[in-house]
Amino acid sequence: MFQEEAKEVGGLRLHVIPTKKYKTNTLVLKMKAPLCEQDVTMRALIPYVLQNATERHPSMKALRTYLDELYGATLQVDLAKKGEHHIITIRIDVANEKFLGGTSPLLRDAMTLLSDMLFRPLTEQGGFSASIVEQEKRALKQKIQSLFDDKMRYAQHRLIEEMYKGSPYALDVHGKRHDVDSIDAKRLYKHYEHMLKHDEIDLYVVGDVMLDDIEHDVAERFSLEARSRRSTTTPTRMKRTNVQEIVEKQDVKQGKLHLGYQTNTTYNDADYDALQVWNGIFGGFTHSKLFINVREKASLAYYAASRIESHQGMMMVMAGIEPSNYERALEIIHAQAEAMRNGQFSDEEIAQTKAVIRNQLLETIDTARGMIELSYHNVIATRQRPFHEWLEGIEKVTREDIVRVGENVELDTIYFLTEKDGEKR
Amino acid sequence: MKVIRYDQLHEQLFYERLANGLDVYILPKKEFNKTYATFTTKYGSVDNYFTPYGKTSMKKVPDGIAHFLEHKLFEKEDGDVFQTFSKQGASANAFTSFTRTAYLFSSTTDVEKNVETLLNFVQDPYFTEQTVEKEKGIIAQEIRMYDDHPDWRLYFGTIESMYHHHPVKIDIAGTVESISHITKDLLYECYETFYHPSNMLLFVTGPVDPLAMLEQIRANQTKKTFRPPTDIERFRYEEPSYVARKKHVIEMNVQTPKCLVGIKAKNVYTKGKEKLKHECAIGLLLDYLFGKSSLNYERLYQQGLIDETFMVDYTEESDFGFSLIGGDTLHPDRLAEEIQRILLQFDDIDDEQVERLKRKKIGTFLRSLNSLEYIANQFTRYAFDHMSLFDVVATLQSLTSNDLKVVARECFVQEQFTVCQVVPKKVK
Repeated sequence: MFQEEAKEVGGLRLHVIPTKKYKTNTLVLKMKAPLCEQDVTMRALIPYVLQNATERHPSMKALRTYLDELYGATLQVDLAKKGEHHIITIRIDVANEKFLGGTSPLLRDAMTLLSDMLFRPLTEQGGFSASIVEQEKRALKQKIQSLFDDKMRYAQHRLIEEMYKGSPYALDVHGKRHDVDSIDAKRLYKHYEHMLKHDEIDLYVVGDVMLDDIEHDVAERFSLEARSRRSTTTPTRMKRTNVQEIVEKQDVKQGKLHLGYQTNTTYNDADYDALQVWNGIFGGFTHSKLFINVREKASLAYYAASRIESHQGMMMVMAGIEPSNYERALEIIHAQAEAMRNGQFSDEEIAQTKAVIRNQLLETIDTARGMIELSYHNVIATRQRPFHEWLEGIEKVTREDIVRVGENVELDTIYFLTEKDGEKR
Repeated sequence: MKVIRYDQLHEQLFYERLANGLDVYILPKKEFNKTYATFTTKYGSVDNYFTPYGKTSMKKVPDGIAHFLEHKLFEKEDGDVFQTFSKQGASANAFTSFTRTAYLFSSTTDVEKNVETLLNFVQDPYFTEQTVEKEKGIIAQEIRMYDDHPDWRLYFGTIESMYHHHPVKIDIAGTVESISHITKDLLYECYETFYHPSNMLLFVTGPVDPLAMLEQIRANQTKKTFRPPTDIERFRYEEPSYVARKKHVIEMNVQTPKCLVGIKAKNVYTKGKEKLKHECAIGLLLDYLFGKSSLNYERLYQQGLIDETFMVDYTEESDFGFSLIGGDTLHPDRLAEEIQRILLQFDDIDDEQVERLKRKKIGTFLRSLNSLEYIANQFTRYAFDHMSLFDVVATLQSLTSNDLKVVARECFVQEQFTVCQVVPKKVK
């Protein structure tokens, strides 16, 4: 189990998770705002601009050299979509000097660096450094473009795009390619100032440290205006009368079959635990119906799995198959969903799935990242759920709960990326 | 039993070689919930030409057979081992690399049962013609998946170009054609040759009582009978130092081109301290030249030749070694030229920078010890070549600028370079 202490410190919420598991200490800053078309491309650019340079370390080489001096501290940024929220994450991980035979406290230096990145980025004439912005615009365009090249990610993106057409959830976290060019360094900086005022900001510290030890250090370095918290969005629910089927042809050797379902159940709902178990029996693991029937029995695929998006109320099934096996694979997947709907699963499958989910949760909190991601669900959602409630919730799920939650799972969209000259048989 | 203490790291490693030759290592990690265990044989995709156990002459086996065997070991007469593990709340998996096949599980409960399951399923093969045929469809889809994956094609395209004969150039999974020749008898033959305990290593790490765990493993192994260990005779491929192909361009259905420069290592030590030093020196040198804090990285990034996918990596295992440098780029030819120019013009070394990078590498090593998976997998890799994961820091600390110059002279030679690119298919 893990303990978390949380406290409002000058406009951000500080979360401290004390643990002696690791040889390093981790700082993670998360900035959250509603996902919307007009902002998403700028938001996608900002963390990459920030990680280039600060006033104190005014070039990529200077900043990266400083990280090397801090015993190879790592600095990473990334973007995520949780329900209809856009989340920017900045991570710094730094060695615990205890294992280095005593040097100065590296965590404090890392915290200073993070605050420099946020509050003292390299600027010129009321904007970010123009050359850095241009360089990162190019990199962003390349990143957006490269989505096309990873066919599994591409198929996943296309499914969501089709399934949520016209709603914010259809947006890619990296934004839109044709919106990149018009961004300039001044406008971007203005937007950044807006984010600092309005984004919901959470700072996590995981390591051999207590809240009392570092609250002062954080307050000294991070001073933000007070803001209203808990801006939540309600996920868009698409109402579709008929399942839509989309077939896209490209020069590929393997067909990517992705199915999108509306689960109509999210993290906020009482039935969320039951949905986790439902998904586990259906396709979450190597003992699940999809793996057994699509892969082991029919030999149609190497991977065949399902997973749920906790805040959007969607579930996705994915399988990589021979293009000519489209109908057969679909038939088997539908049959498994039907079996779930009819309650055709054994008590043993329930017990097995619960055991595996429990194990997965306990393993998740063996990593700093895992603890933070679990805790951050409570920032996204309105419902607060400490870790022990996750475990208890799964344990309590009954067969009736699973059948009930399954009644709300509806197939919405079938997306198939397949070979160019192949025919659907 | 031996206990090895690493005081500065606050770690203790328990070791015993069992009577049947199996090496067992246990690293207690009390703060963790999970236990992670790997059971690994020194047998990978490069072991395709050897004298099978009980035979007198060398034999070549179909490409991809080590990986195929890995898949098939999970299936038993009474069903699938994945089911057994998941009933015991464990998550199981396996992987095959150039030189190793590893079976593993992680679990937070029933650890003793899961260790039993791991040992027993790996040591009890069950292959039939029917199950072997069934697996061909599954693995064919695994191969197809990689066929569509541009980064994988780029990676293997580069390795393929470097080697004339060495089987490291062959894709680990083989091809749809090569696996069609695999039979149950061939699987048994490979199994008998390479899965003897004396060719294997068990690593357990997590919140375990090391003595009780060792006792359990010993008891499990004592109950079984094994033939006496024999030396495994593997074919030694003669490989020139120059690359087989200077440039290779793969046209694919992509939008962003990719480029890798490969450098074939000339002197590869096959084991021990010399090998560890060699690997660490090349790793440090590549970081010096192309790491994120290098002038070269900053310049290439500013010139728009690289983006965040840019990577440098050095692999050295058994008798082969190669460096890879590159990533996504809109200008694959210019990037290839720039990288080679940097390599060939390299002459002097800034000592201060080297010291800073050693610091960085030491911090990176500490960070890697946060991961039980990293510890078990890397410890095993090093141990198979008679090195220790825990000697990495001391080895790094001992490196001098001169050591880097020595490996630079050895590696940065035009005839050892190759260029591989993935480019968008031309529209006809």
